[in-house]
Parts: sequence; structure tokens; C-alpha cells
Amino acid sequence: MSYLAFFTKHSNEILKALLTHMEIVLISVGIGVVIAVPVGILLSRHKGAASYVLAFAGVIQTIPGLVLLGIMLILMGIGKPPAIAALSLYAILPILRNTYTGILEVDAHCIEAARGIGMSQKQILFQVELPLAMPAIIGGLRLSTVYIISWATLAGMIGAGGLGDMIWTGLSTYESKYILAGAIPSAILALLANALIGFIQRAITPKGLRLGR
Amino acid sequence: MIQFRNVSKRYGKKTILDNLTLDIKAGEFVILIGPSGCGKTTTLKTINRLIEPDSGEIIIDGKDITKVDPVKLRRTIGYVIQQIGLFPNMTVEQNIAVVPKLLNYSKEEIDAIVHRLLELVNMPYEENAKKYPSELSGGQQQRIGVLRALAASPPIVLMDEPFGALDPVTRDSLQEEVKKIQKKLGKTIVFVTHDMDEAIRLADTIVFMNDGKVLQVASPEEMLQNPADPIIKSFLGKHMNHENNAANLVASDFMRAKVLTVPKTKKTLECIELMSRRDVSSLIVVEEDDTYLGTVSVDKIRAQGKAGKEIKELVTVESMTVTRNSNAQEAFELLIASPTGYVVVLNDDNTVAGLITKTSMAKAMGEALWGEMTQ
Repeated sequence: MSYLAFFTKHSNEILKALLTHMEIVLISVGIGVVIAVPVGILLSRHKGAASYVLAFAGVIQTIPGLVLLGIMLILMGIGKPPAIAALSLYAILPILRNTYTGILEVDAHCIEAARGIGMSQKQILFQVELPLAMPAIIGGLRLSTVYIISWATLAGMIGAGGLGDMIWTGLSTYESKYILAGAIPSAILALLANALIGFIQRAITPKGLRLGR
Repeated sequence: MIQFRNVSKRYGKKTILDNLTLDIKAGEFVILIGPSGCGKTTTLKTINRLIEPDSGEIIIDGKDITKVDPVKLRRTIGYVIQQIGLFPNMTVEQNIAVVPKLLNYSKEEIDAIVHRLLELVNMPYEENAKKYPSELSGGQQQRIGVLRALAASPPIVLMDEPFGALDPVTRDSLQEEVKKIQKKLGKTIVFVTHDMDEAIRLADTIVFMNDGKVLQVASPEEMLQNPADPIIKSFLGKHMNHENNAANLVASDFMRAKVLTVPKTKKTLECIELMSRRDVSSLIVVEEDDTYLGTVSVDKIRAQGKAGKEIKELVTVESMTVTRNSNAQEAFELLIASPTGYVVVLNDDNTVAGLITKTSMAKAMGEALWGEMTQ
């Protein structure tokens, strides 16, 4: 059976796996953003704590994916939840670090001016710091998303489903067609996500920052 | 009216403000000036509570400002900094509108304010409102910085070396504009600078600070006439030069030191020879002990001199003389009255120190006014 025929025959299965994969990625990255952005903002207010927290997040990042999935399997059993928990942890660091540095890199004089003309802390955050840090934050999101798309293939191993399922099936049956049916869509997904978020990043960069730089 | 009552501020062991007491009258252009580290910027920033003093009180229009919410307080006080700090993600229009928006002005009101303010600094709305700060020159950016501070019509505007980073031409025109705006709108402006030129040009009142204390509060005119402290005098620098130099100059400052003298025993022909070689029309004649005797002119030798005679018989004493420490004004008057067109300057022991001519006088005057002259 040719590859094309295989893909056509299994297109429903592949599509379903792809959707599950995207679901896992979206939820994991979503959780990552919800945790990382507020923590990053908080750290920019408490720079003393920042180095410890960032170091700790860095340590998590160094745990091999299989090990972390294994730990989550023991803690939470099989299925999507342990996979999402593990992937969310991975998603945090790039977003956290970029949020933190993005806010710190906002011109101190802008912030002084903002305080001096009577913006509250909250207004400074939402009207000055976050808009100016947004390109950096989206950059972190982009990095996380591409990572998580590729690491989510491991999640098939603990029964979360997704494109990883196809790959594991292929590996255990020595059927390269299954492996490719999982690998190719996930690679395309990563490329598309990268391009899409790159586009959003450019669109969201305040116009004034794009000029003359 | 802004009143400082015994305001002190310390960072660690360093005292930044030392029991500062100061009144700033409403509607005045007040300049805080002094050497770096004198506390002028700290003083400014205590007014809008960007810096909180350790002790003492600051009262604006009868109200202790620590009783006012700092965010609300700052919305009633304009603030302009040297680094401008426009929000790069906002257009010119949005930057100007920041404070009115914080104060919930209506869209129509904000529109009217932006139009009116841009007109005030000759930056037409159509051309400029939609631009971003990065599209403007430094001078234009600071104009917008000033407008942002004025947008909600605060009675008080604080300016922290606002023009320090601009080129001299732009600075001049911005100074003029700000002064005009201040007069027109009747603002109280508190302005920090270390540039005495700027202070003299803009201030109604100059507050001179050093080591966290006020050394003198005076109008520019008063401060120039009666600087209360040597530090102020040195800060005033060249602004004092005209009066001081002119008053302190003496005759020796105006003279040409290298002059040709001849002993009275010199023969007439030798003298004529010497004069034609040096291209001068008269000589200073001295006694054997080098003390001054008089002068002799080439015309007199030609008319009355005989070849081979000593020149002592032809010496005239009609030339004006002054001692080297005589007042310059006296020397100047003598020079004008002098029939010979020069004044001889003598040392205390009556030897010749030099000669004041119209050329040497003009050169010295030029130096007093404009500094060292090239030959």
C-alpha cells in the first residue's frame, strides 16, 4: 500500500489524532500562559525572588519529557490530565522568562513619566508595561507552543491520544507509515503555529515600536 | 502656593535635603539651581510625592500633600523630565490625552484640548496628531512632553531639566515657548536646571541650593547684583564678568608690555634709524637708571635735531603716564585725551612697564567681553 493510499484510508483517524493533539497543546499552553504571565508580572515587582523562581523553572525545564510524564502517570494515572499537567509545566518557563524580562526592559523613563503624571500601578501595568512588553511575551508564547507541539507526541505514551498515538503504534509494529502519519502532521502543525504566532506577534507590536527600528 | 516646612530627606548617611524651608508663589516661574547633588531634583520630586521626605511638610494651597492620594495629586501637577518619556506605543494625540483620559474627560473635550495644545506649539494637528514619538525630532518630542504635562490644565507644572538633552537652537526656541506658555496660562512652574543661562532667561525667582539647603532666593537681577555666597558667584560665572572685570581691571591689563626704550644719550640719527626700522613714530626715552624721562617723536627730531647730538634735549614730557596699578578707567580717559595717542605705563620704581595704545586697549576690551582673542 502506498503512503498516499495509507493516508487517505486513515484520514479520519489522522484528523481525529490531529484535533486531539491540538486540544492538548492549546490547553497546556493556555495553562502555561495563565500561570506564567501573572507570575512574570509579579516577579518584575519582586526582583529579589525572580532569580530563584526562574532558576526553579529552569530546573523543571531540564527534566526529560519522558521522566516528567512518568511522574505524572504515577501521580495522576493515564489519560489527558497527566499529559496536560506535564506539558503545562514545560510551557511555563519561556513565557515566564519573556514576560519578566519584557517588563523589565520597558524604558524606566516611560514608567517615571507615567507615575509622575498620575497613573496608578494598575494603569501603568496595563497601559504602558504590558503593551510595551507584549512582543516579548508573545515571543515566549511562540517558543512554548512550538516546543509543546513536538513534546505532545510523547503524551500518546500515557494514553492521552493525539498524533503521538500514531507514532507509538508505528514504533511498536515497525510500520513506518504510522510513524509518518503522526510525525508529518505534527511537524506541519509546528510550522504553521510558528508562522501564525509570528504573524500575531508582528500585528500586536505597537506601531510606534515598529517604526524606525 | 507651595510651601516647604523643615523638609528633610536622607539616603543612608547622606543628607539630601537639610531642613528645607521655601515658599513658591503661585503663578511664578521658579528655577531650582545648584551643583549636582545639591538636592534640587529631590526637592522637585517631593512636590508630586515621587519622593517622600523623612520629615517636615509640604503644603500646596493650604493642604498638606501627604493627606492627598499621590495618584490624584499627580494628576493635578504636570510633570516633564529630561528623557521626555513619551509612551512609544501611543500616538502624539494619545500621549497628550493620557491625563485627561485618566480624569474621564469626554471625547469632545479631549479632542478640543489636543487641537488647542498642538496649535500652541505650532505643530498642526493634521500633520502631527497621528504620528508616533519615534517619528518626531528630539525638540518635537519634548514639545509633546510639555503638552502632555499641560493637558489637564494643572495649576503647577514640574520640569526636571527638560531641555538638557536638546541642541542649543532647539533649546532656545523651547525655552521661549515655555516662557510664553507660562505667562499666557499663568502656571506655577518649578523648573530644575544646572544651566545659569537658562535660569536667568526664564526665572521670575531663582532658588540656589547647595548641600540640601537653600543659599539664596532672588530674582535673576538681584542674584547677579548680590550673590549671597561664593558658590553662587562662581556659578554665575560669565554673567558677572562684564561688571567685575571692568571694575577690577587696572592699567597693566590693557598695556602692551614689550616697548622700545632708548637711553637719553642715544644720538639723533640712530634714533631715526631705529624708528624707521620698527615702523614707529616715537620712542620712550629713559635715564641711565632706566627710570622714565619722556618721549621723543620722529617729527621733533626731523624739525629740531642735529646729526650727532644726543636726544635728551629733544625729549618732551607732554605724554601722559599712569602707574601700572591705576584704575583702567583712568587710563582709558587719559588715552582718549592724549595728544600723542598713547599712554605710558610706569612701574612703582618709575621704570617703564609698557604702553597703552588704542590698539592694545581695543584688544583688551575685546578679551574682557568675548574671551581670548586671536592675534
